[in-house]
Amino acid sequence: MPNAIDLRGVTKRFLTPSGSVYTALRDLTMTVGDGEFCAVVGPTGCGKSTTLALISGLEPPSEGQVEVFGKPVKGIADGIGYMFQADAVFPWKSVLENVAAGPRYHGLSPRSARDKARDWIARVGLAGFEDRYPYQLSGGMRKRVALAQSLINGPRILLMDEPFSALDVQTRSLMENELLGLWAASSASVVFVTHDLEEAISLSDRVFVITAGPGTVKSNYEVDLPRPRNVAEIRFQPRFTEIYEEIWEDLKDEVLVSYERQKQSGAA
Amino acid sequence: MLNIQLLRVLFAVIILGGWQLGAQVSDCNTAGHVCVVDKFFWSQPSDIAQKLWAWITQGTDLGPIWVQVFVTMQETIGGFIVGSIFGVIFGVLLGRSRLLADVMGPYIKAKVATAAILVFFVVFFNAFQGVREVDRNLIANARILGARDRQLTTEIIIPSALSWIIASLHTSFGLALVGAVVGELFGATEGLGELIYAAKNNFDAAGVFAGMALLAAIALVAEALITALETRLIRWRPPVATETRI
Repeated sequence: MPNAIDLRGVTKRFLTPSGSVYTALRDLTMTVGDGEFCAVVGPTGCGKSTTLALISGLEPPSEGQVEVFGKPVKGIADGIGYMFQADAVFPWKSVLENVAAGPRYHGLSPRSARDKARDWIARVGLAGFEDRYPYQLSGGMRKRVALAQSLINGPRILLMDEPFSALDVQTRSLMENELLGLWAASSASVVFVTHDLEEAISLSDRVFVITAGPGTVKSNYEVDLPRPRNVAEIRFQPRFTEIYEEIWEDLKDEVLVSYERQKQSGAA
Repeated sequence: MLNIQLLRVLFAVIILGGWQLGAQVSDCNTAGHVCVVDKFFWSQPSDIAQKLWAWITQGTDLGPIWVQVFVTMQETIGGFIVGSIFGVIFGVLLGRSRLLADVMGPYIKAKVATAAILVFFVVFFNAFQGVREVDRNLIANARILGARDRQLTTEIIIPSALSWIIASLHTSFGLALVGAVVGELFGATEGLGELIYAAKNNFDAAGVFAGMALLAAIALVAEALITALETRLIRWRPPVATETRI
């Protein structure tokens, strides 16, 4: 049984507009098992989002191999769902058309795509909002649209880039619980990027700590908290605190390095 | 709201009334008399209204007034449509293709002034910029969801660029009108431009202003139509306060 995701010795360099080379990731190796929920934490600017872009095929690696279910990634593959950090729902499409876009692009007839979309809209709790445009929805509701949009194609891999970071705390834990429910009902492997260690631990089976940029995997921790979980309450468990302290010891140094660098570049 | 409307009417009354009053009290042909508004150059609102009425009821020297309006509108709308269509096509094409943009770029910069070409450049640059400004996240999202190139263009790029394109139509219709009228000034037998030109040659200031009033009316109606088109096509945009819009 191949792993869901294999990144082996991956380096990613970008050409900045000023012409210099920026290394986002250096020699990064990580493995995500089939059906596993992984969180990736690290300081700002450590290349967390770049990792997702490589797995999705939006960006090719400069060096190293990226494999999804044992096959090298060449361009955008089928079976990937991606929730972006910024709002990426289409503002000129209604909720229904937004969610139906994926199936339609995959060749479903408009009618059956819409039927499928209605079902998913109900599953993320937006029934009755089918005809609204995104500007008429709250931030949390737009995230629900994005969630339905990325799950409707039945992805085997779901990539999430700080999807809930813009939400208020209450809406956020509500959405996190719903995400866990939807994930449990699917068999998808998840890579969840966040800078929030609490969120990472409460959601995932495994936490990868990424170093301050250029990013590489510093360590990874298994989270052996029982499921199903309630993210609003799991943080009161003693085991949660233990895991948190252990990972924080590791993450703290990287955050400090990144902070020092920002201060220096700010002073320069 | 009511007060704003009232103030608007008041503003028009003051301007037109002042103009009329200034012309009435002036005697610019006799030395030593008050001369605020010289009727020879500026006419006065009542004469302009009379002139307009005469054109409508008795026709102009060039023929019925509706024919003149029709001719100018035909030229304007023709130029507007041809310019817009080519502007959108070229703008989207060049916006989508880096190679085309690099090859054609230098040639696009030379401008020539006729209605169609004026419109073309305004619409072209807006369509081009609109395509360039499309949110990268939206494109990435559509590609992940399985959109092919053609779907990217029709479902993401064009809708996104549409607000730029329509915004440019507001400006470019005015330019089309200017282009058509300027074209008529340089030798035509019909049209509002020719009508104004003929009035000018006859030292008929009221005729000149009456022609300009007609042009302004056309521009206002066109603006209202374009705004209606905009609200219809861009329903998905949050309604913004358009109270300051003319």
